[in-house]
Amino acid sequence: MERRHFLQMMSMAGAAAGLVPVGRSAWAATTAAGTVPVNNKRMIVVFLRGAVDGLSVVAPYAEPDYAKYRPTIGLAAPGQDGGVLDLDGHFGLHPALAPLMPMWSGGKLAFVHASGSPDPTRSHFDAQDYMESGTPGVKRTSDGWMNRLLGELPGRPSPTRGLAVGSVLPRIYAGPIPVASMAEGQKATQPTVLDQPKIADAFGKLYDGNDATSRTYRESLDARREMLSSLDPSANEKEQMAANNGAPLPNGFPDDAARLARLMRNDPNVQLAFVALGGWDTHAGQGAARGQLANRLSPLGQGLSVLADRLGPVFNDTVVVVMSEFGRTARENGNRGTDHGHGNVMWVMGGPVAGGKVHGRWPGIDEASLNENRDLAITTDFRNVVADVAERHLQLPDAQLDQLFPGRPRQGDAPRVLRA
Amino acid sequence: MASMRASLGALSTIAVAIALATSSPSSIAADQKPRTTEPSYAVADNNEALVAHVLNRIAFGPRPGDVDRVRQMGVNAYIDEQLHPERIPVSAQLQARLASFDVERLPAGTLIDGYRSEQRNARAAQAAQAGKASAGMDPVQIKDDALATRRAEYRRLATQTTDARLIQAIDSPRQLQEVMTEFWYNHFNVFIGKDLDRALVANYERDAIRPYALGHFRDLLGATAKHPAMLFYLDNWLSTGDNAEVNRNAKQQAGLNENYARELMELHTLGVENEGKPGGYSQKDVTELARMLTGWTFDGRATGRGGPLEGVDSQQLFIFAPRRHDNGTKVWLGHQITPNGEQEGEFALDVLAVHPATARHISYELAQYFVSDEPPPALVDRLTRRYLATDGDIREVMRTLLYSPEFRAPAAMNAKFKTPYQYVVSAARASGLDVQNVQPLVGTLAQLGMPLYGCLTPDGYKNTEAAWLNPDGVTRRINFVTALASGRLPIDRAPPPPSAAVATAAASMPISTTMPPMPVAEPPLKIAGLQSTSLLDTLGPMIGQKTRNVVQDTEPQLAAALVLGSPDFMRR
Repeated sequence: MERRHFLQMMSMAGAAAGLVPVGRSAWAATTAAGTVPVNNKRMIVVFLRGAVDGLSVVAPYAEPDYAKYRPTIGLAAPGQDGGVLDLDGHFGLHPALAPLMPMWSGGKLAFVHASGSPDPTRSHFDAQDYMESGTPGVKRTSDGWMNRLLGELPGRPSPTRGLAVGSVLPRIYAGPIPVASMAEGQKATQPTVLDQPKIADAFGKLYDGNDATSRTYRESLDARREMLSSLDPSANEKEQMAANNGAPLPNGFPDDAARLARLMRNDPNVQLAFVALGGWDTHAGQGAARGQLANRLSPLGQGLSVLADRLGPVFNDTVVVVMSEFGRTARENGNRGTDHGHGNVMWVMGGPVAGGKVHGRWPGIDEASLNENRDLAITTDFRNVVADVAERHLQLPDAQLDQLFPGRPRQGDAPRVLRA
Repeated sequence: MASMRASLGALSTIAVAIALATSSPSSIAADQKPRTTEPSYAVADNNEALVAHVLNRIAFGPRPGDVDRVRQMGVNAYIDEQLHPERIPVSAQLQARLASFDVERLPAGTLIDGYRSEQRNARAAQAAQAGKASAGMDPVQIKDDALATRRAEYRRLATQTTDARLIQAIDSPRQLQEVMTEFWYNHFNVFIGKDLDRALVANYERDAIRPYALGHFRDLLGATAKHPAMLFYLDNWLSTGDNAEVNRNAKQQAGLNENYARELMELHTLGVENEGKPGGYSQKDVTELARMLTGWTFDGRATGRGGPLEGVDSQQLFIFAPRRHDNGTKVWLGHQITPNGEQEGEFALDVLAVHPATARHISYELAQYFVSDEPPPALVDRLTRRYLATDGDIREVMRTLLYSPEFRAPAAMNAKFKTPYQYVVSAARASGLDVQNVQPLVGTLAQLGMPLYGCLTPDGYKNTEAAWLNPDGVTRRINFVTALASGRLPIDRAPPPPSAAVATAAASMPISTTMPPMPVAEPPLKIAGLQSTSLLDTLGPMIGQKTRNVVQDTEPQLAAALVLGSPDFMRR
């Protein structure tokens, strides 16, 4: 009752503020503090399913072995044709990720190299499973760590506190706490029959039980109401038009990223969001500065940049983590691609991030340093990166950290990816 | 609700009787002509709840009249009928519809030719745009036409492929075969969007999956291993031994590709883990198996070079290329492998097909699909033993499963949350509509997060509640059945003819000259919505009393949507 009232107010205020974009965001910020979570810190996880080639994302171009291992798919040094964008004289960013360079220079983007899940599996499904359950090597974990995190966050729960982009509940969100989902693409705001009260009432009688299906149905209606009010196009139309300069965004991730940013900006209840992107399993014809991998990285970089822009002031309270189940072989294979590897690079982006730095201990890629003489070794457990964000940004107490990642190795030299 | 509970209570007594009658799997093996005379079955055999259960699990739910038919013949007779699809006649009409699809009728080689020729046209047009066009022609226009033609060809292949699958799932009287085909397709998943596989997945399903759906696992495994769709999807066609002949004096070394070898053990056979026990292989075993499988590839002409493949079928496309094969010795799963060419791969499939870990992996998957998300361990054990005793005879494992007390226990009934595929197909069947156009259903499956043939990763789609019960999914299902029930989903009308541009493009394609003329759409009829009374008749015991009460109290325009959108119909 109270909440419905609040939502109505919110959409009215949003609609009015659509005329005065600056005022609207100011409103959102102040209302958020007064009404809902004591904790308005956000985290967005972007999962690259299929194992992105971290040695092409943040390439150790300065190491002679790099070019030697990758005669056709290695990236050139900075300044050369198709060369990497220099990060620190040793590593360079893939040129398709150029839209992220302003964030790097502005200290809002960092990387953790040679990171990942310590389990040696090179199976996509296993490795994703472990990275999403948060318990590498343990198959029996039935919930995902983002669901556990939802249960442990300080502050008030809400039906949209955890959000997944896409229509399938990802493993990382499996568990007892309900999760809202936002459809990909334009479907997110398409009206549905259940928006008609008469139809919703009739179905409501079928789904008034306490079984899982009925509860899920009711959660869906709650989340839908809340989401629609936040995505109300009238509220943001002008702001959007100005930002796009009239041009529509390309389909796919940049588009979803813009919608996600709008939703998170307007709905202060959304604290955790998850997006998965596929197509990184580049066994053959990976390409270098151009080609298959570049074609995937380009909308990703563009989308992350859009996300940061559109979050506006909320970006200051947001940490985005990009991860992938494992890295790929250091050497290119006979099909000008790379096979399943081990260590990878994590990307960390946002207001509180200790940016402009490639964190983590770099193990090197000379033959003696490679894992199984094949792929990048892991010097940072991915759980320690997430735990740093959970502890210092989402303000999760110590005891809860142990439940979030039971059995997480204590790592004295774990990088601190947020500013002190 | 009360009456439903009462009937389930009665059933649990019956389940005990069945448990006594089927406690030993070997008794089933000994007695091939089952059991309709067995008195304990006579009680259970046409019990309403059991009839509903069996139709929900070995068929995609009932079409109108199915509940009565199975009640009359008894579930055991129905199961025995369905275990032998080859004995069930398929209507001439369904056969003719399938034969109207190139992807069903033509051999794989011919399909590849058509696909490659489209690609060549598009490439040539791109070259033309780069300035090599003959004078007087607008290069941009040439390119746009070629790309439109190629897109139309992709669309045509995808439409035919999905048509063929869904028409059979909805209309085939061999329902268990269709259920098993979907099960095995996910087990041996191939993604339709990967280049050549656009042209091949229908053929893959036709030649490598459906014929073996209830056959011996070794045959199924061999057929999928050698089909060009799988060789292409998991890259084995490229895989080459480091010391292989083609690598001598070659400028660019071709390399080993582990992709197929890994999934062959992890997903197709041993499983990465069984009941807490690892599948029992290492990274070294993956590499060694990949080496054994080097040279398993397809006719090089499939790359579009070296001449046409017209008339070559999928079995003939498979070739062993000795020059790619790694001729060294290998040690794999503890076996010392002496160099033996193509036979190394055959040996690997022989070992894997009857490996105890494979037996357990397949048994677990079947029990999870047909019984419950967390299948009873005793049942999995029994199926595993049956699998090993019959050298992986899928029909016999299924027979043991379907006669097991665990399958027939009240706890198993409605225990499964339908996948989007099961939900959509069962709704189409229950509707009783003469389905002319399945493409709206294909669109629905994509919206529900389960695009047909669209699973990118080789593990295929899951079938558990945890994977599919989510808020968005439930409301989208309701949106779908509301449209279906109100007659707004035009599945009972012939598809509209392709737009002029597409038609022109299609006309210029080599394959499509053999296409039958598109059926002309009838003038749109006023489509009446579905009737809730007929749906309730068709579904019978599947819809409980509570839902029936709500449906009765509701205005008629909404009643049919409530039946199909009810929590009862979401489960199976």
